[in-house]
Amino acid sequence: MEIILKAKNINKSYPGVTALDNVNFNVYKGKVNVLVGENGAGKSTLMKILAGVEKETSGELVLQDRVLNINSTKDAEKNSIGIIHQELNLFPNLSVHENIFMGHEIFNYFIINKNKQKEITQKLMNKLNQKIKPDDLVETLRIGQQQIVEIAKALAKNTKILIMDEPSSALSKNEVAVLYSVIEELKKEGVSIIYISHKLEEIMKIGDVITILRDSKFICEELIAKVNISWITEKMVGMKNFESVNTTNLTVGKNIIEANSIFLKKKNSEELILDNVSFNSKAGEILSLYGLMGSGRTELLEVIMGLNHNFHGSIKLENKKLKKSSIAKRISDGIVLVPEDRQGQGLIQCLSILSNILLSKISKGFRGFYLDSKKESEIVKKSIDYLGIKVSSYNNLITSLSGGNQQKVVVAKALETEPKLLMLDEPTRGIDIGAKQEIFYIMKKLSEKGISIIFVSSEIKEVLAVADRVLVLAKGKITKELKNMEITEDNLVKYSQG
Amino acid sequence: MKGLTVKAALFKLRAFIALIFIFSFFAFTSDAFLSSTNLIILTKHVAINAILAIGMTFVILTAGIDLSVGSIVGLCGMIAGLLIDKGLIIQFLDVVIYFEIWVIVIISVLIGFLFGCVNGFVITRLHVAPFIATLGMLYVARGFALLINNGATFPNLIGKDDLNNTGFPNIGAGTFLSLPYTIWVMFILALIAVFLTTKTRFGRHIFAIGGNTKAANLSGVDVNTVTLLTYGISGLCAGVVGVIVTSQLISSHPATGTTWELNAIAAVVLGGTSLMGGRGSIGGTIIGAFVIGVLSNGMILQGVSSFWQKVIMGTIIVLAVMIDQLQNKFISKDE
Repeated sequence: MEIILKAKNINKSYPGVTALDNVNFNVYKGKVNVLVGENGAGKSTLMKILAGVEKETSGELVLQDRVLNINSTKDAEKNSIGIIHQELNLFPNLSVHENIFMGHEIFNYFIINKNKQKEITQKLMNKLNQKIKPDDLVETLRIGQQQIVEIAKALAKNTKILIMDEPSSALSKNEVAVLYSVIEELKKEGVSIIYISHKLEEIMKIGDVITILRDSKFICEELIAKVNISWITEKMVGMKNFESVNTTNLTVGKNIIEANSIFLKKKNSEELILDNVSFNSKAGEILSLYGLMGSGRTELLEVIMGLNHNFHGSIKLENKKLKKSSIAKRISDGIVLVPEDRQGQGLIQCLSILSNILLSKISKGFRGFYLDSKKESEIVKKSIDYLGIKVSSYNNLITSLSGGNQQKVVVAKALETEPKLLMLDEPTRGIDIGAKQEIFYIMKKLSEKGISIIFVSSEIKEVLAVADRVLVLAKGKITKELKNMEITEDNLVKYSQG
Repeated sequence: MKGLTVKAALFKLRAFIALIFIFSFFAFTSDAFLSSTNLIILTKHVAINAILAIGMTFVILTAGIDLSVGSIVGLCGMIAGLLIDKGLIIQFLDVVIYFEIWVIVIISVLIGFLFGCVNGFVITRLHVAPFIATLGMLYVARGFALLINNGATFPNLIGKDDLNNTGFPNIGAGTFLSLPYTIWVMFILALIAVFLTTKTRFGRHIFAIGGNTKAANLSGVDVNTVTLLTYGISGLCAGVVGVIVTSQLISSHPATGTTWELNAIAAVVLGGTSLMGGRGSIGGTIIGAFVIGVLSNGMILQGVSSFWQKVIMGTIIVLAVMIDQLQNKFISKDE
């Protein structure tokens, strides 16, 4: 097997976080090179470096004995490296051929040569065995077809190395079959594919070589033919456990949330994001929602929080039905969400640590119009102590803190509303191991106080360390409820495949 | 570390430093500049723009914009003029009501507030972009101002003794502790605005919305109501200016206030408030208004052509925003 691209000793660090730690990665020519690892293991960062979206801090990329210096996506394109992001990058209002040649238009002097573009597009579609016409508008295509357009776009640029980031996550079964056949076609053309996926069965089926990353480090590389699913799980999750915070003889209280037959449709589509979801959460219990990306975890939390009212079914809080209401009302009812997207939905970057911590509290109307700065600092001091947030001064900007401490501030903000139900969506994303463990202890401490906690995670070790009970989600359905001894790595993987 | 904080502090105070610099420059180069008459005239001019800019700051802090304030100034002035000159005519009852001056002032200012709230309603509930919604109001309010007296002015608004509505010119001409009322109004409004933005829940919410609307919403901030109120405040400030200017001129013109929104925005931006929202202060805005006022006053005294004044003013506004961008880089590197 010939190595076409070699990433050697790649390091990438952001302020306060190491995303890649001396990672090696080989891409074999004409093969499907699978890259796996849990969320935050560094896969995306590595791919962004290959595609020119990010620049490595140190390390070297070698393309067939030539050292590359990739500073932009243009550079990557010049070296025949292309990427298909999980979120497709197409212009829905433009036609297929316009999308394929976006930024690379074929000109007759200064007029776009549409006929030539259409001709090439038609040839590409023939090669891929697809009935997509060059003049079709992209918005009229199904997701699977749109993905084919992305692939054709890469081929039109003469891409030799194609990165596919979870290409099958949004596809139906038939579309996945088409995708596989296209991948076979590409292999025959000599295109090398880097394939990122969480679906281990799929990997076993189409992969040739597997590379595993864990905690920003390279773990191993192996031929797919030589391995099996439980081997992959073991390497991916690792042996080192978090210190478990769950106790065996847990006494839970009354039901806090009771959700009954929740159905949620995708916007402008008949596709179900949540499909008949019923569950309850109890006081003093940490309930974990485990599932892959796109399984509907985040959407379920959003429905409970009142961010999305377009669902069917009923939700009760302490036996009282929740009506359609504002977020502020939900918060005063005792429900609070620590969102997945810390920067986008959790923090107000231009405000101080103090203002961030108190934002929900002052919204809940505990106090009147005037903000008493003495009282404010008292509350904030207590809160910072309680959660062990490391700050030099709470008047500093929130952005001066590390990721872990920022997350604790978001948690602190949620706790200041004195919730009955605390929902944490991937609370450990992008923070270091030590901070993760601290967040777990905090969760335990809170659940012992009688708060019901719903914890969403896609990392198995975290679920094992924290959960008193697990609901496994796959494609919008609860596929299994796991308790006590049933909460194992194998079960979590098995039921999340859907 | 300490060097950095001094540097950062100087950067923060740059508008103030610029003001002192400009002020000293004119003080040294022009004899007339430092005379108390000139300073009071200058400040009176500044006050008009500053009051508009105070309201504008609330809006811009939420990452919005209000293009309608100039027209609302004109409209509220016309309303004051109408109520003094012709009174409130209720046709079907065949009565005309003349109010006392203080009532007229309150009605005019409230109408400014109301028009501002309409802006806010269109933006928050009907989801029209602030630029478009207030651009529309710019035309609508100006249209109403012209409609009130069919495009004509209300001259000589001194009122009549028998109608008990005299004394209106005193608002613009009167003084307290030898400072014109206009300047006092600016001071008082500025103090209230500083209190609102820094010491109240409402103020904290404004910054939160401007900083990250999604996070603010998820934290339970009533984004719509707070945003709507900021436009209301902006309209209210425009109403105050409408009354003051009408009183200063002792007559109301329907075209009063044309393009004043641009001066107000310039003052806000010069004062370091970010058009992206979430960052800025009322103090900065007041300084920004003074920078503009001192510059134009000084240039007039120096005999700079009014055409060149515009060129210089425009350049300075753009320069100020450029420096603002530098600060953004500066801060992110710092921390």
